Amino acid sequence: MSSSTTDTTVQPESFAFTAENLAKAQAVIAKYPQGRQRSAVMPLLDIAQRQEGWVSLAAMNYVAEMLDLAPIKVYEVATFYTMFQLKPVGKYHLQVCTNLPCMLRGSEEIVETCRKELGVGLGQTTADGLFTLSEVECLGACVNAPVMWIGDDYYEDLDVESAKQIILALKRGETPKPGSQTGRQGSCPVGGPTTLTSLQSSLPGGDA
Amino acid sequence: MPKLTIDGREVEVEAGTTILQAADYLGIEIPRFCYHERLAISGNCRMCLVEVEKAPKPVASCAMPVADGMVVHTDTPMVLKARKGVLEFLLINHPLDCPICDQGGECDLQDEVMAYGADRGRFAENKRAVKDKDYGPLVKPTMTRCIHCTRCIRFITDVAGVPELGGTGRGENLEVGTYVQKVLSSELSGNIIDLCPVGALTSKPYSFAARPWELKKTESIDVFDAVGSNIRVDARANQVMRVVPRTNDDVNEEWLGDKSRFAVDGLMRQRLDRPYVRRNGKLEPATWPEAFSAIAARLKGAAGVKLAAIAGDQADAEAMVALKDLFTRLGSPSLDCRQDGAKLSGPRVSYLFNSTIAGIDAADALMLIGTNPRLEAPVINARIRKRWMAGGFSVGVVGPKTNLTYKHEHLGEGASVLSAIADGSHPFAAKLKAAKRPMLIIGQGALARVDGDILLGLARKIAEATGMHSAEWNGFNVLHTAAARVGGLDLGFLPAGGGRDVEGILAGAEKGEVEVVYLLGADEIDMQRLGKAFVIYQGHHGDAGAHRADVILPGAAYTEKSGTYVSTEGRVQRTQLAVFPPGEAKEDWKILRALSEVLGKALPYDTLAEVRARLADVNPVFAAVDRIEPAAWASFGADGVPAADPLASPIDNYYMTDPISRASKTMAECTATFVGCAHKRTGTNG
Repeated sequence: MSSSTTDTTVQPESFAFTAENLAKAQAVIAKYPQGRQRSAVMPLLDIAQRQEGWVSLAAMNYVAEMLDLAPIKVYEVATFYTMFQLKPVGKYHLQVCTNLPCMLRGSEEIVETCRKELGVGLGQTTADGLFTLSEVECLGACVNAPVMWIGDDYYEDLDVESAKQIILALKRGETPKPGSQTGRQGSCPVGGPTTLTSLQSSLPGGDA
Repeated sequence: MPKLTIDGREVEVEAGTTILQAADYLGIEIPRFCYHERLAISGNCRMCLVEVEKAPKPVASCAMPVADGMVVHTDTPMVLKARKGVLEFLLINHPLDCPICDQGGECDLQDEVMAYGADRGRFAENKRAVKDKDYGPLVKPTMTRCIHCTRCIRFITDVAGVPELGGTGRGENLEVGTYVQKVLSSELSGNIIDLCPVGALTSKPYSFAARPWELKKTESIDVFDAVGSNIRVDARANQVMRVVPRTNDDVNEEWLGDKSRFAVDGLMRQRLDRPYVRRNGKLEPATWPEAFSAIAARLKGAAGVKLAAIAGDQADAEAMVALKDLFTRLGSPSLDCRQDGAKLSGPRVSYLFNSTIAGIDAADALMLIGTNPRLEAPVINARIRKRWMAGGFSVGVVGPKTNLTYKHEHLGEGASVLSAIADGSHPFAAKLKAAKRPMLIIGQGALARVDGDILLGLARKIAEATGMHSAEWNGFNVLHTAAARVGGLDLGFLPAGGGRDVEGILAGAEKGEVEVVYLLGADEIDMQRLGKAFVIYQGHHGDAGAHRADVILPGAAYTEKSGTYVSTEGRVQRTQLAVFPPGEAKEDWKILRALSEVLGKALPYDTLAEVRARLADVNPVFAAVDRIEPAAWASFGADGVPAADPLASPIDNYYMTDPISRASKTMAECTATFVGCAHKRTGTNG
């Protein structure tokens, strides 16, 4: 990932929040004391990303002006966080974790499945502009590895089949059910609870 | 105050001091890259690690405030190991290109590697490379060498006040730069070259020109503006290779404006290296005796009142006093050192930056009148910004709307606001009155107007009405743009009784009443208006004056003589000879001394010491070198109603204000880059 804008990305001429997003942005800014508006830079960039699908240079400049910041201060923030997309991405951005726990649980196969199903490599977007496939660092859901992140949702406990089903569902325009794909609840043990399943009255130290 | 022990030596320092500062105070050296005493502390290079007893791990001494009873060690095996480790990390991505790096020989990283570096690297992977950026014609970035100390970012953001640099990306992909392609639009950008501890930012005009150990270093004074910045002139053979700032906390701290730093390539171009005499309408090379006899022939029998002399903006006081003495002997009262026609001739207090530059730090309200310090004196502007950053400092501006790098209240463009402030009816007057140490800075944009003396009088009234002068504070300041100006005023290079000022000289020359005009490096006047007058030009560059001249006497530039200059705050300072004047050019006072002999009016001094004794005779301030003599308050300026036209700054193009910078290729590039094509195009480029 290069942090300079000398690449070939086509930047839009201008950017402005929609009326609805502008209201949201102002609500965010209002949370911070007078003179501390720069704290709102990340939420505002997020709103911009949700509106545009990515964060363009024009959007960063717009946010900078809105918060009375030097544009470079916004560039610094936007380039630091990988969650801000500085290049256009597809409608569905598939971000597969490939860090150690996910890798041990088969994330390489998940990436391979996505490649095959979408016909694009890591960091690429499908020709129809629907899907972008990315490899990301730890998503913090290792207990449900392997994990893939799409939009605002995590898809967990993936295997080759479930990853394929998710992509097919997205292609059909459906929203697959987020969370564990094996049906377990949250991070509960596979196969149901293993502790506190029964009362034990003979614990040493009393019968509490 | 907390007491601590560093390497067994006890020291008591102010609370809030960092360990590194305390060690510096004791003279114990701690290596550092990101820490700089004039910049905000960032603590990101980790080179300054020390061992503090009872601390679980090494401590970054630059960011750790001292505490009472702290015991610090800077030379234990743990410290050495920690620093070695940090350095090895810094070297992971630093290229081993010292032989082709301009920083070589004056590189902090090179020096520290000598002390803490390993003899081989353990990093076998690919080193990172960063695409080269373009910061404009002055700073050459080679960001592959960057160690991310962020000194340049902090300087540009905090001191220069143009937040254009930042660190984008993260981890190994962190890059210091502007992110979007843009040039650094600061008049102080050259300072990041000095600040950069490695070769990531080097001087573009000086690139691959010389090695530091080849240079002869001469301590001198800058003359491109009236600040009197302390500089070091680095020369090789007989060429000035570069100019860098010297530290003087009372003047320029350790900063220097870009023009002062980079215009020196103009010293090698367009130089007058031999006398010329105009014969049959054409300037022809001549010898010194021929030039002198041409002048003697013309002056023979000419009445004193038909002679006039104008001193330029970079003339040294020695030359001015010699010229003044000569013209007085010739019976001419028409002398002037104010090429722009500034209405300054009153008591010393009326033309000095009385609060002093260091005094800005103590002020708490400021009004700027007809000046844009960012272009007229970037170093002073940085000082004002420094004061503004500290808080509780309101700035009002009467004059053009400009970006001054600090927040200010724009009070108006015309002079009418001044009257309202003087009589207290304007709200800003209350702010000045409420301030303990209010100050005002009036610039040449106001003083060089026809009604300049009225504006000066108004400024005095404002100063008096808002309590700007008291026993220990004088907030009335004049910001000059010409290095020679205060010196010229101090020695009275002004029209004597019945004499003409610059406007009078020009008008007289047009009408034929003034027959001989002597220009001592004066190039900023309208040469067309000299009419049929016989013009003698003494100076170092073939600029406007030399083109018009009938006789050219080649003088020395500021790097080629020991000359006395008085800065805008009244500080007497001296340049030193770094290189010899080119060809047959001579030191300026010597030329005048020799000419006086030919004219039969021999001046009574033969050595530099005698000229300086004469200077001190004329005005005792010249005897007090590098001291500021406070000027007593007096009444000055005129009464009246100023004209309604808006006030303007005298400088449009910061990069070209004098013969040297106009001859400089670097300054021409800066003009093209930063000012656009607003400047006059000449000859081949137009």
